[in-house]
Amino acid sequence: MRELTFIDAMNEALAEEMERDKNVFIIGEDVDINGGVWKETNGLLERFGHERVIGTPISESAFSGLAAGAAMCGLRPVLEFMYMDFVGVAMDQLCNQIAKLHLMSGGQIKIPITIRMCGTGNGTREGAQHSQSLEAWFAHVPGFKVVMPATAKDAKGLLKSSIRDDSPVIFIENRNIYYDKEPVPEGEFMVPIGEAEIVQTGSDVTVIAVGYARRKVITALKTLDKSIGVELIDPRTVDPLDMNLILHSLAKTGKIMIVHEAHAECGIGAEIVRRIASEGFDYLDCPPIVLGGKNIPTPFSPPLEDFVLISPEEIAKNIVALAGNQIY
Amino acid sequence: MTIENLYRRMLLIRRFEEKVKQLYQAGEITGAIHLYIGQEAIAVGVCSGLKDSDYVFSTHRGHGHYLAKTSDIAGAMAELMGRRSGCSHGYGGSMHMFNPVKGFMGGNGIVGGGIPLALGAAFAAKYKKTDSISVSFFGDGASNQGTFHECLNLAALKRLPFIAVCENNRYAATTPVTHATIDEDMTKRAAAYGIPALNVDGNDVEKVIEAIITAIKYVRSGKGPFLLDCKTYRIEPHCGIIADIRPEKERAEWQAPEKDPLNCIISRYPEIFNNGKITVLENEINTDIENAVMFARQSLFPDIKEFTEEFKVK
Repeated sequence: MRELTFIDAMNEALAEEMERDKNVFIIGEDVDINGGVWKETNGLLERFGHERVIGTPISESAFSGLAAGAAMCGLRPVLEFMYMDFVGVAMDQLCNQIAKLHLMSGGQIKIPITIRMCGTGNGTREGAQHSQSLEAWFAHVPGFKVVMPATAKDAKGLLKSSIRDDSPVIFIENRNIYYDKEPVPEGEFMVPIGEAEIVQTGSDVTVIAVGYARRKVITALKTLDKSIGVELIDPRTVDPLDMNLILHSLAKTGKIMIVHEAHAECGIGAEIVRRIASEGFDYLDCPPIVLGGKNIPTPFSPPLEDFVLISPEEIAKNIVALAGNQIY
Repeated sequence: MTIENLYRRMLLIRRFEEKVKQLYQAGEITGAIHLYIGQEAIAVGVCSGLKDSDYVFSTHRGHGHYLAKTSDIAGAMAELMGRRSGCSHGYGGSMHMFNPVKGFMGGNGIVGGGIPLALGAAFAAKYKKTDSISVSFFGDGASNQGTFHECLNLAALKRLPFIAVCENNRYAATTPVTHATIDEDMTKRAAAYGIPALNVDGNDVEKVIEAIITAIKYVRSGKGPFLLDCKTYRIEPHCGIIADIRPEKERAEWQAPEKDPLNCIISRYPEIFNNGKITVLENEINTDIENAVMFARQSLFPDIKEFTEEFKVK
């Protein structure tokens, strides 16, 4: 299979969707004349023109609302934040307007908008305001779907599904994997929103790896004794969660661990455990584990940043402990 | 639109709001109710120049805008009573009336929150190459929000068919405009972003119409946005649950016959508004409003099963 980077796979998805539907347009900072700071919109201006590839001043509230208003009038915007951290200044437009307009209008108005949270994640020494995974903020607000692709293939397939969805979709991209080449099928394909993937099967322990944590878990698994049967699941969408698949795996293994880059406190892991407590409590042989970042803003200094993030070593240690029932 | 029809529309809003106040005090309408009494000339004047295909984005004080743009009295009243037959099917309420078919794209519970959405409708109109324009109503309070400044800049930059209508009613909730800015002249803010603007007597519907005609002509010709700074006063307190602490003298001044948007039209055109005419109009409006109240009362509340199915409520 051919290989593409995460960035190029998304770029291809954008081009295909813009070609297919003239109502799709892109709006955000730096997306036009320079093809985006991550090169995520490279070549699209040349192909689709300034009418459909809209660079903006640094006015996140205004251009988020502009995208929403355009969606209210039948367009399908792809709205882009350069870093997920920058969404703070536009939270009213996202959470009070975009998430609620469909309901407040009595269902008369749809908001088919894809909100790309570019440059998400930690580990690149950019300090506390450029080092967050904020998926739980949006999963908490009713009215959004929240997707977190961790492979180039899923990035392309989920971006296409997001653009075609009639609801607002928060599309979270981890910057650490932007430029790695991975297999991506030729031609058009979609990855459905709300469908998890079993990355590898196993019968001893279920590990749910959210977003970039998938990479860390795979690194951890390479260091482990092959006799531990780990079933690795990437939810790919964190809202709505594919609980059927998660519970099905838990029923088999009886042991579950959830790993994400975001702080463990009030994160997606906590939500998965809540759902298990109410929908699959009897499947549990032992308490579930949630591994995430420490509950502190990310410090700059490399040893400190590494300390607050979850590491493949810790993941490996916890899998061994969970498999051996040594976690009480 | 004839002078009689302009007056009739303003009278409709005035009597509608008085009815809402009465029903609110009786407990039949609940929640946060922000009355438009005193500002009728702005909604009626601005909307008199708009087509159904033009967009209006309203505020928390939006009943007047809704009636002026849609004439849907029954849908508005039923919405205020939380009924399925309301213009937002009872899901929105006073601050969230919607009627997209008539170009009414919703009120807003967040001060300044609707300005970017209105900008988006202007963008869509240009993108689709229609001749629609988008009007954003907002108050003096919203003019100090970041969205106001961001949107003026972006509207001018992208030359969007966008009209910003400031209704300066002198108070942001209970804070006087003079306590919120050292210069309340919005035309200067517009000038800072390269946008033409006019100061308007917002209590004189004919002055509002003159201004909106100028604005619409400019905006529809593709030149970019326009701003109207309409000076007015709300007669009622900020909302149903907040005490009115404004000076008696100030309130009395703004309610004087020459300032009141309805009375000033009557006294300007005595040949149209003889006593018999006013009585006829009052009776017709009263009947329309009573019919709307009856319609709302007889309407069902939204169905919970339908709600949970449509919105996948878990």
